[in-house]
Amino acid sequence: MINLEIPKKAQTLVNQAYQAAAEVFRPISRKYDRAEHSYPAELDMLAALLDGLNSSGEGGAGAAGVRCREDNTKGNRNGGNLSTVLGAIEMCWGDVALLLSMPRQGLGNAAIASVANDEQLQRFAGVWAAMAITEPGCGSDSAAITATATLDGDEYVLNGEKIFVTAGQRADAVVVWATLDKSKGRAAIKSFVVEKGTPGFEVVRLEHKLGIRASDTAVLRFENCRVPKENLLGTPEIDTSKGFAGVMQTFDNTRPLVAAMAIGVARAALEETGRLLAEAGVTVDYDRPANTQHAAAAAFLQLEADYEAAYLLTLESAWMADNRKPNSLQASMAKAKAGRSVVDITLRCVELAGTLGYTEELLLEKWSRDAKILDIFEGTQQIQQLIVARRLLGKTSAELK
Amino acid sequence: MSRQTPQRRRDAMGWGLAALTRLAGSKAIERAGLRKPVQNVVSAATRSGFRAVGATSRVFRATSRLGKPARLAPAPDAGLFDLTPTEDQQLIVETVSEFAAEQLRPAAAEADTKLAPPDGLLGRASELGVTLVGIPEELGGVGTERSVVTNALVAEALAHGDLGLAVAVLAPSAVSTALVQWGDEEQQATYLPSFVGENVPAAALALQERTPLFDPFKPSVKARRTPKGYRLDGAKSLVPRAAQAELFVVSADLEGRGPALFIVESSTDGVSIEAEPAMGLRGAATGKLLLDKVNLPAGALLGGGKQEVFADVVRLSRLGWAALACGTGKAVLDYVIPYVNERQAFGEPVSHRQGVAFQVADIAIELEGLRLVTLKAAARAEQGKPYAREVALARKLATDKGMQIGSAGVQLLGGHGFVKEHPVERWYRDLRAIGVLEGIVLL
Repeated sequence: MINLEIPKKAQTLVNQAYQAAAEVFRPISRKYDRAEHSYPAELDMLAALLDGLNSSGEGGAGAAGVRCREDNTKGNRNGGNLSTVLGAIEMCWGDVALLLSMPRQGLGNAAIASVANDEQLQRFAGVWAAMAITEPGCGSDSAAITATATLDGDEYVLNGEKIFVTAGQRADAVVVWATLDKSKGRAAIKSFVVEKGTPGFEVVRLEHKLGIRASDTAVLRFENCRVPKENLLGTPEIDTSKGFAGVMQTFDNTRPLVAAMAIGVARAALEETGRLLAEAGVTVDYDRPANTQHAAAAAFLQLEADYEAAYLLTLESAWMADNRKPNSLQASMAKAKAGRSVVDITLRCVELAGTLGYTEELLLEKWSRDAKILDIFEGTQQIQQLIVARRLLGKTSAELK
Repeated sequence: MSRQTPQRRRDAMGWGLAALTRLAGSKAIERAGLRKPVQNVVSAATRSGFRAVGATSRVFRATSRLGKPARLAPAPDAGLFDLTPTEDQQLIVETVSEFAAEQLRPAAAEADTKLAPPDGLLGRASELGVTLVGIPEELGGVGTERSVVTNALVAEALAHGDLGLAVAVLAPSAVSTALVQWGDEEQQATYLPSFVGENVPAAALALQERTPLFDPFKPSVKARRTPKGYRLDGAKSLVPRAAQAELFVVSADLEGRGPALFIVESSTDGVSIEAEPAMGLRGAATGKLLLDKVNLPAGALLGGGKQEVFADVVRLSRLGWAALACGTGKAVLDYVIPYVNERQAFGEPVSHRQGVAFQVADIAIELEGLRLVTLKAAARAEQGKPYAREVALARKLATDKGMQIGSAGVQLLGGHGFVKEHPVERWYRDLRAIGVLEGIVLL
């Protein structure tokens, strides 16, 4: 039966995430935006709390929630993917950069949760893992990865440079994408868990950024860095028929999560702007035609409509994952819509709020800076459009470039 | 939704049989616990499949009335997030989609030119039971509970065939649904039997007026109290099948106290119709409804003039337009995909260019977003939850993204999109109605 309300059983989690966002993230949001690269020590306490939530088996706001669990429930399921997305929305309403800095909740953790076998999952439990894909010479084109992994005895030897690694300095480990054999293309790209302190693994520097400043973004270098061969996530076989499937599977689970981050930021901006407009005597009437209302109210309606569409696309993609429906198309739709909407919404909110929006007195200007990365990382707007278009048109990446 | 058209057309009887065959062959019907509405739709289809067309004008008269008005109960709260339609809904949508593909789409171009639906089409449409699902069993319909989601899915499926004809098909249901939801026992007994009978009357929900920045909550049609009831003066605009309609539900300002709804029979003195063709929706045969000192009995006031009733009418109507936009938007998407894949330029399909491919992707993304917001609003409405916000957002998306999709549809076909050889120019004109029109359809 068609119903797009969030389930009652998720409301406890949503409320907990909201409480954390309101009471922990918001009060320190500006502090760490200004103090770029300093570690938000306040998060350690919260991370411990989240670990507790995740182990309760209810899914949770954390990255581990995206793992496909055996579930014999018949019929419609509202599971870990949906609650993870709902939790992330609340947390990012608080502060997206701080969520990205949450210990043990990195995208690397989501990758491990998505593709690791049971032994690996156990071995890496409690490890905070960052994700290292991008290189100086390749961004969205992950197939062009040049970092190499060569099997030598019981170890893989990693060589290469990775940039834009979120939590790359703070995390305990990094999930690194590298190729086993450059000549075999995408199918040879595998992901490896490299723990901090492994000889040959070096953090080169941290970036200074437009937004999400509370989150450290690192440049990493691997020079003859040796990791146990058991640290390869998934299968070491190069199956050209399956192509990229192994590592790309991560994205089906992480794109809804990044879309959820965008929803959280957009919601924060809309709420704040709604409050400011009300103080200025402008309220939105949902019944009267937009064109007979104040121009600011009409603009707000338009932004809220985009927000709602992005929100429901995000829930749809997570719900599909919960119900074992292939969701690559919907995940990319959600990411594309949420990414472009959060940028548009936050920037328009700054415009509507005027000086109050533009100065550091409120968080509106910060949210509009934070927003931009959400339309870039985990696949840019254009990459999502390519994925959607190829799927709809039945085109290969060679045909539709 | 796209099916091959059979070489020989089915007639009305064939339609009923085809629907029955599909229902009978479906696994769902073998299972125990098949819900009543489907069985009722089946029996209704059997009944009406053998009927001849009745009279075209009639006297509405209450014969037997219930002690109190019959209403459809709210749908239960499902509890979980779910995007899967029920089995009933899947069967209904499948049947309506096929009707839209085989009856509406092929007739759309000619209806657009002739400013009227083809003969017999609306009769065949009423055999689908679209109106009956919204009328309670006590009143001769097959409805057991509010089914706003089902209505949205039906509107969407019909509009995939053609928006103008979908409006013509759905217009009578707007009036019957209003009577079910807000009519008193006398009004229900007087009018609803016709809607479950052999020959469903043309009827229209007329809120729209011809003024810029029209606000349905501030109608310029005036209603004054008279010793015997009310007197209406003014004009309504873009009323579907106005010339054929036997019954109208009209909004009017009741002596400065806000908008109210009145039941107006077409034969009442002072009622006249003028043709009012527009940019699109031409298959719906739109017209002006002129009300000149129209005297109505006291029993003509619908919903007691309550403001919350009026707000519900406006909202459920906007929701209808959003659902229609979903259907026509999907028609655009389904049409442009094969076109851009086949159309060659510079030695390869134009779909190999990002400038083309990204437009297709954006149509799909915005359409899916619109559809989800529309369904959320519909689900909230039928569960009795507040839904004004969701309707406003669905309407905004339908207006903006719907038109964006309509425009992209023409653009992607280039010059071919601009000529009538392809339907995209009609969808462009039809989709501009979204956001302009109030009333007419009601989920």
